[in-house]
Amino acid sequence: MVNEPRPFRPRISARLAYTLHAGLAPNPFYRRLAAFVEGRPRLARWFTSGERAVKERLFGCRMCGQCALPVTGYACPMTCPKQLRNGPCGGVSADGSCEVDRSLRCVWVTAAERAGSAGRGGDLDLLQRPADNREWSRSSWLNYWQGRDEGLTTALGDG
Amino acid sequence: MSGLRAALADGGRFVVTAEVGPPRDADPDAITRRAKALRGWVDAANVTDNQGANARMSSLAASVLLRAAGVEPVMQLTCRDRNRIALQSDLIGAAALGVPNVLLLTGDHPSLGDHPEAKPVFDLDGVQLVWTARRMRDEGVLLSGRPLGRRPSWLIGTVENPFAPPTAARARRLAKKAAAGAEFAQTQYVFDLPAFARWTAMLRDEGVTERCAVLAGVGPIRSLRMLAFLSTGVPGVHVPDEVARRLRGVPERRVEEEGLAICEETLRELAATPGVRGAHLMVFGHEDEVPDLLRRAEIRKGDPDVDRL
Repeated sequence: MVNEPRPFRPRISARLAYTLHAGLAPNPFYRRLAAFVEGRPRLARWFTSGERAVKERLFGCRMCGQCALPVTGYACPMTCPKQLRNGPCGGVSADGSCEVDRSLRCVWVTAAERAGSAGRGGDLDLLQRPADNREWSRSSWLNYWQGRDEGLTTALGDG
Repeated sequence: MSGLRAALADGGRFVVTAEVGPPRDADPDAITRRAKALRGWVDAANVTDNQGANARMSSLAASVLLRAAGVEPVMQLTCRDRNRIALQSDLIGAAALGVPNVLLLTGDHPSLGDHPEAKPVFDLDGVQLVWTARRMRDEGVLLSGRPLGRRPSWLIGTVENPFAPPTAARARRLAKKAAAGAEFAQTQYVFDLPAFARWTAMLRDEGVTERCAVLAGVGPIRSLRMLAFLSTGVPGVHVPDEVARRLRGVPERRVEEEGLAICEETLRELAATPGVRGAHLMVFGHEDEVPDLLRRAEIRKGDPDVDRL
């Protein structure tokens, strides 16, 4: 497969990523901006390309359209060969390498380390619900600002 | 009704499960032969789902055959080869055919099996599959939100590897699976008992073992070749130096005996480890040795010739 996922090591620190994220937090302005952009196909394509360029470079983004980065220490789970969104598989080698490619570090080992060092280890306990495969190649920022990602991540109760 | 559920509810019983790998052909007797050796000695036996990403008889078909042969099946189901439609469909089918237990996991990557060119599916992950099954059973809904008429009643299990990095997060990881709906968990091979005891202690501290019964993975290393294979060829298996030294320290012809002795000692220790509800035996084709192993470790009593009838 041309587009086979492989673990990616983020190019910026977790601390910087959390800080940058604060600038993306949804607000009424972003919500209106997202609606405006989505209403104009050419502008939406341009916007989505921009998002792709930035996130591909920084996080190995594959444009699943339903970004999990804020709850995985900004290590992208869609770069896991099994695209696991809820934590590492049992095949991680003793040295932390991926079972599919031993020359690469398991992205969930990276995620646990980054989230932990930022005091966000609890994020990994959240349930990531099954992703909507129709969102591939769409902008996750527009989805996020429009509130469509709500419910994608939920706390698991005892009930 | 699941006999495994009843066994897990019986606090005084050290629960034992084994594993039956379906054949690579259409011979139903392969399952019956293995069942004969295990019947009466184990509480249930896993039926693997194209284990190691190698194509075999389906776990659903083999589970039905195993049940007919008198051993309660635990049907394994992986996310590797099926999307969410096929996963839910097989789960419903298993319930309709009377499969009382399911073990839900992500599965090995196809690149490690006999069809490395296959398309990896992984539409859901293991945690999402456990969550999906629990909602089908307890809330009577599919992922689509559509209702189920008659609900399934299976016992839901999963797997965990306490020894794989990030090791500090592995107890939390099982806690997450338990919260998603897993009622029991079988582990990867346990050779490193102190590390395993640390993991179960963390689970007990978090109250996980009360909701999710831990069955420790155990099996004998029969040869130096198998030792080498487990040490380097199987993802996520950790064989400590001490175990390797013991096996290398005996003459070649006595390696199997030593491996069985280590296995027996491990079983004894596990039976005395707080938070461990039982063992999952991995004997790969040596099912006839299960009764002897259980008696030597004083986990089960009895005469196999009588009990097997």
